[in-house]
Order: sequence, then structure tokens, then C-alpha cells
Amino acid sequence: MSTPDDTRAARTGAAGRRAGGLRVAVLKGGRSLERHVSLRSGARVEDALERLGHEVIAVDVGPDLVARLSSCSPDIAFVALHGRDGEDGTVQELLEVMGIPYTGSGVSACIRAADKVLAKHAMRDHGIPTPDFYAFNETALNTLGAAQALPAIEDRLSYPIVVKPARQGSALGVKFARCADDVPAALVAAFSYDRKILLERYVRGRELAVSILEDGGVARALPIVEAVPEQEDFYDFEARYEIGRTHFVCPAELDEAIAARAGELALETYALLGCAGFARVDLILAAESDELYVLELNPIPGLTETSLLPQAAEAAGISFDELVGRVLDAAGYSSEAKSSGVT
Amino acid sequence: MSLGGAESGAHPPGQGPPSPADQRPGGHRRSTTRDIERYAGLFAQRTKVMRSSAMRDLMALTERDDIISLAGGLPDTSTFPPESYAALMGTVASESCARALQYGPTEGIARVKTCIAQVMAAEGMAIDPDEVLVTTGGQQVIDLVCKTLLDPGDVVVCEAPTYPGAIPTFCSYQADIVGIAMDRDGMRVGELEATLDELQRSGRRPKFIYTVPNFHNPAGVTMSLARRRELVRIAGERELLVLEDNPYGLLRYEGEPLPTLYSLDDEFVIYASTFSKILSPGVRLGWTIAPAPIMAKMQIGKQGSDLCSSSISQYFVSAYFDAGPWEDYVRSLLEIYRRRRDVMLDALAEHFPREADWTHPQGGLFIWATMPSYIDTTDLLARALREQVAFVPGRAAFVDGRGGSDMRLNFSGVDEDAIREGIRRIGEVVREQVAMYGTLTGGPPTTTERAAPDAGARETERTPRPGAAADTAAAAPITAAEDDLAKVVPIPAQRKRAG
Repeated sequence: MSTPDDTRAARTGAAGRRAGGLRVAVLKGGRSLERHVSLRSGARVEDALERLGHEVIAVDVGPDLVARLSSCSPDIAFVALHGRDGEDGTVQELLEVMGIPYTGSGVSACIRAADKVLAKHAMRDHGIPTPDFYAFNETALNTLGAAQALPAIEDRLSYPIVVKPARQGSALGVKFARCADDVPAALVAAFSYDRKILLERYVRGRELAVSILEDGGVARALPIVEAVPEQEDFYDFEARYEIGRTHFVCPAELDEAIAARAGELALETYALLGCAGFARVDLILAAESDELYVLELNPIPGLTETSLLPQAAEAAGISFDELVGRVLDAAGYSSEAKSSGVT
Repeated sequence: MSLGGAESGAHPPGQGPPSPADQRPGGHRRSTTRDIERYAGLFAQRTKVMRSSAMRDLMALTERDDIISLAGGLPDTSTFPPESYAALMGTVASESCARALQYGPTEGIARVKTCIAQVMAAEGMAIDPDEVLVTTGGQQVIDLVCKTLLDPGDVVVCEAPTYPGAIPTFCSYQADIVGIAMDRDGMRVGELEATLDELQRSGRRPKFIYTVPNFHNPAGVTMSLARRRELVRIAGERELLVLEDNPYGLLRYEGEPLPTLYSLDDEFVIYASTFSKILSPGVRLGWTIAPAPIMAKMQIGKQGSDLCSSSISQYFVSAYFDAGPWEDYVRSLLEIYRRRRDVMLDALAEHFPREADWTHPQGGLFIWATMPSYIDTTDLLARALREQVAFVPGRAAFVDGRGGSDMRLNFSGVDEDAIREGIRRIGEVVREQVAMYGTLTGGPPTTTERAAPDAGARETERTPRPGAAADTAAAAPITAAEDDLAKVVPIPAQRKRAG
């Protein structure tokens, strides 16, 4: 019996020999709150893969995932899932068990990136600037009296505070607390999405997204996208992700040194979390200090018509098909790093 | 440089113009980022009014198979006998094949208009079938009224909350939507008058007032007779039109029917109804009656929209009315929906915490429930989806961000066991959040003092929980609580059914 690593190597090898004619399972949908976005990402990826000459097996991820993957035995899985299960290492773990190579980051990187608290701790420990934060989970609240610590947290972060679920990809559940009275309801809202939440100092400034794409095994930063809200209503996070409510500028008009620094920080974060293939790092350029802060890293960024990574790739002259092709190629390069769990 | 700016019109590098290679097997081509930006430059202003994508994505999840969805607004069509359907279609085929397959008159075929006259007679309105305009669902009436009356920026007054399906229509005509709060007697006409006065002072006169007087969607309340009289008086005095949307009038489970606004005044009332709830939403047939000059414009509007409503559907409906008493099927629906409503009300009383309130609809398809103000029902829906249950967050029924702590619950679309289980699950997550808020604010787990300043006022309206003695005083007129209730649909009088 072969080890999972042997299987992966053998499959990747076989895939490589078939030169462009891979059998690709596109994993999309699932049960996460971002199902809708994932279906759109997945559909676009399928089209691109077909145009690239691959055989596509579209898989809406559900209870039959393992059975379906067993029966269709793909050469590789393109993970186009967002949020819970798909982006947090769950599906990746299953793919490892089944010995199916897959796109994007491995299990451990996904676990750390999808959990903002783990990611921010790692950043802070390694000197990557990230806004100050405190996190606690339901247990701390219910059995350790964490509520009594709230005033101290609020003092240290000062208002406004952003309250976020630890693991929720989109803007869902992200609330601004302008004063102490706002905090309990914001916490209740954030706990709707996860059993762990964080309170983060709000850094006012320009919102930048640095997309990263590997090329021949080397991670490179793509042109920076700036999200510019049309209205100054920065408290309504959800409304900002509407077509027309926010417009995107790519490449962002930035001082060269700042742009370079943003790219470096993004690549450092990417390496720190052990990501592979591609990712998107969200940063804030503080209005008052011109300091850059890393907010989070998305291990499987959106691939829809309006998503930021494809925009950045286009700005770099990389078409969507080419982008998908590179992500697929990178899965070969990265399988070793994934299996060794490099941190 | 904006993606939609200097580069619009240019093809993305390496992509060139859309080529056959871009064609999907299904025939339609997926757009690229730049396509979106390029086409966005062509979009009309009115398309820019969009609902939150987060809400849309959440609502898409409510359709999953493993979810008990109390979010829908669907009548139950499963009890319509397939053999009746087959027989009716057979009749259409044998008796009216060529005509059913043909265009029909814009105003609708004559036979359907006599069917409509029968339905309206059942609601106490005697009409001349010639006055009727047959439409493609009641929804088309809303659209035609807007098309006829609204210029961009014109004011439409409606209830707050209002029928969520009307909002995109109002928005697509760039209406300025002004919501009037409701209480257990429906739209608060006092507030309506004050609002109209205020608008008048700023030189603005609404084009029409949109209302669902019977078993309101989503609020579940019915406008009282006194309010109805007031509303038509106001409309008459100020020469404003009222669009009376009455899809649920015949779905009354208790109490005496009230006269429609149209039967109180046919000078300023545009009446709209539908076959959707008494026969089938799938036939997509509704109708309207309006003052003649408006009717003439709406007919022209309908020609532009779809020439005529489906002839097949119209012949189906007329065959259905010919085949036997149409009221029988409505009666069978009434039995089913009444039981489901009662099951939901009982389940709410059993499973929802003390801090929650809900309406007690005498008919229709919906109950409106109000959580304590610190619970955001959009977030709660995300939590509820983990327990495989769904509802509509209240914000979807407002245009101004209100309704954040409300939810709409539908009792017509799922069976009694699913209603019980669904309410039990929602109740559990609400209790969980109430307890958490209590922990966070340091109060006893169920207190609502800090976030709900109106909790005390509400208390005066609260009917005792199961187990406590019945309190008829709860049905007393609304008093000091009125102001607090302006935010949302207030607490109904009857928390638990008598007996």
C-alpha cells in the first residue's frame, strides 16, 4: 500500500505527463455562508479550465464529497470554496487523506489564515504590523467571566472598535462599536458566526488588497487594488461590497515606497502562514501615520467577475484563464510543502 | 485609474474581443471583470438601487434542501389535485386550443373578468367586469401603477414594514419611499397625516399611498375599519391615490371580514388582487380596477410591458371557474393554513423567550416577530442556518435600515411538524443570544433593560405567558407605548389564542 505522499507524487506525475489534459474536480458551493460567491467563483473556474483543455468535474460540496471524489478519481482538485469547510482546512484535510492533489494552501496554512485570531497572533509574534486586538471565545464568556474584562479591553483599544467573528470570510458579522453601549450587541452579532470573536482597534485609512500568485514556485505580489467607498459610511461594512457602492482602483495610486512595502508585508504574511498557490492579503494604510497594517489573509480569494484577485491579475496582464492555469500549475510545486506542514 | 474609466472600451490584454472560444457550452458567455465595469457604465441610474449582497447571499442559503424554511412566502400548491389540473388543461385543449395559444386582448379575456367579478363579489364588491384589467400577477399592478404615476424622485408612501417585493419596483422607478409605522390596527393614519403635512410644507405631494390592509405581508396585521375610513377620507380630501393591494383578503381564519378600501371609495382607490393565493401563483394572473383615466394609462403601460397576460393561463382559470365552485378549494386551503398558523402561534408561545413579541394574524401567510433590540436578525439568520432553519430578516421589508430586530415567519409553505421544529430551533438560538447579552451586560440572563428602553412600555401590552391567567386588559387600546412602537410593528394584543 502506498503512503498518501506516494499517491500524490504519482498522481501529480501522471498529471504532468498528460500535459494540459487534466481531469480536474472543481469544488464549489458547500454549506458555508459564502456558498453563493463560491458557486460563482467555481463556475468561472470551470469555464476557464475547459478553455484550457482540461476535463472538468463540477462538484457542489456536500455529504457525498468523499464518495464523489472516489468515484470520479480526478487528477487534481481545484478548491473554489470560500468560508467554513472550504477555506479553513477541512476540505483540504480530506483531500490529503484521499491523496488528491489540490490547488491553493495546505491544511495548516488554511487553518491559520482562516482564523483571524491565529493569523494575527502569528503576525504579531513575527513583527508584522496588525491592529491591536483581543479575542475571546464563548467559553471565556460563559464560564470565566470574560464580560468583566470588557472595560479593560475597551480602554486599551479605544473607540471605535471593530468586532469580528474569528472565522468568517466576508463582511458578515463585522460590526463597529462606537462606544461601550454598542459592544454587547456587536459581540452577540459576531458570536452568531463563530464561537470565537475578536475586538480590534479600528484603523482609519485606505483599504488595500495585495493579491499573491505563484509563478514557477515563486510567490509574487500583483498590482495593489484599493477599495474606495463611494460614501463615507464606513460603519456599514456590508453595504460596501456592492457594485456601485465601492469602486476599485488598480493599480492603487500609492507612493512607490508604500506600494513596495505593502507588497513585502503581504509576501511576508503569505510565507509566515505557509500559504501556497495564491492568496489575497488585506491591509490598511493608516490615514494619520502612513503606517501599513495587515488585517487578514484570504487563502482562497474570490474568483468572481468582481473579485479583487482577478482584477489585480488583469492589471498585471494576466488573463483569468492564465490565472487559473497558474494556480493549477502551482498545485504541483506546492504539494511537497503542504505535506511537510512547513510553517 | 479606475477600471471603468480610461480602459473601458479596451479589451483586457491578451483577451481580445469576445470570441467563440469564450462561449460556454450552454451558449451564454461569462463576463470578465472588465466586462462588468464596461457594461456598468451603460446601466441606468435606477439599477443602482440594490439590496445588500450579504442579505442576498444569506437568503440564497435558505433554499437549501436540508433547511426548514419559514422564509418563503409561498402558498401550498401541493393540495391541488393533479387530476383536476390535467382535466382543466384537457378542457383548454379541447375547447380553446387555438385561442389559448394565441395573443389575447391587453385588458384580459372577457370570461376571466367575470371570474374576477365573482371573486370580488365574495369580498363584498360589486363591479362591472368591463372595468377590470387582467395583469400578470398582482406584482404587475404595482409596476403599472408606478409606471403610470411616478417620475424620478416622486414620493410613494407605504407601510413600514412594507411588502418586500414592492421595494424593488418602487426603487426601479426611483421613487422616494416614505414609510409609515404600523401597529395592531395597521398603518397609523395619524402619523400618515403628519407626514403628509410635513411633505406638503416642503412642497411635495406623494403620488400614491401603497397599503396591504388585510393580513399584511410581512407584518401580519389588519387595518381596522376606523383606520380604513380615515385613510379614504385623507385620500379624498387631499386627492391622493391609494393602491390597495389585497392578495390575502379571502384567507381569513377568524373574525369578520372588513370592507375593502375600494368598497369605501372608488374615486381615489386603485384596487389590486390576484389568483395566486386562492388558486395558483403559477398561473401568474392578477387584476386591477382603477379610476378610468388611470386605467387607460395602465393599459398602454401593459402593452409596453407584455402586450397581454398569458392566454393559456387565462383559459385555464376560466375552465377552473366553469368546472365547479371555486370557493371549495379556498375553503380547503383555509383549513390547512388556519391549523398551521395555530401550530406556529403555539410553538412561538412555547419556544420563544419572554423578550420576543409577535403578531397574531387573523389571516394571510405571515407572522411578524420582534426580538429585543440588541439582536440583529440578519446575524441571527446566519446562526439559525447552522441549525438548519431560516426566516426573513426584518430589514428586508424596510428601505431605511429599520427592522433590524424583526423577522418574518411564513406558516403556509411547510407542514405542521416542520413549523413546530423550525420555531423550536429559532427559539433556541434567540434564547442563546438573550442569555449571552445578559452575561455581557452583567444583568440577569434574561433582562432587556439596557438595550431596550421601551421594555417597560412593552410590558404593559404583554399578554401573560402560557400558564399565567388570561389577561383581557392586554387588548386595551394602545397607550403610552405608541411612540416606542413607531420603530417597528408593535406587540399584538392576543399573545395566545383564547381557549
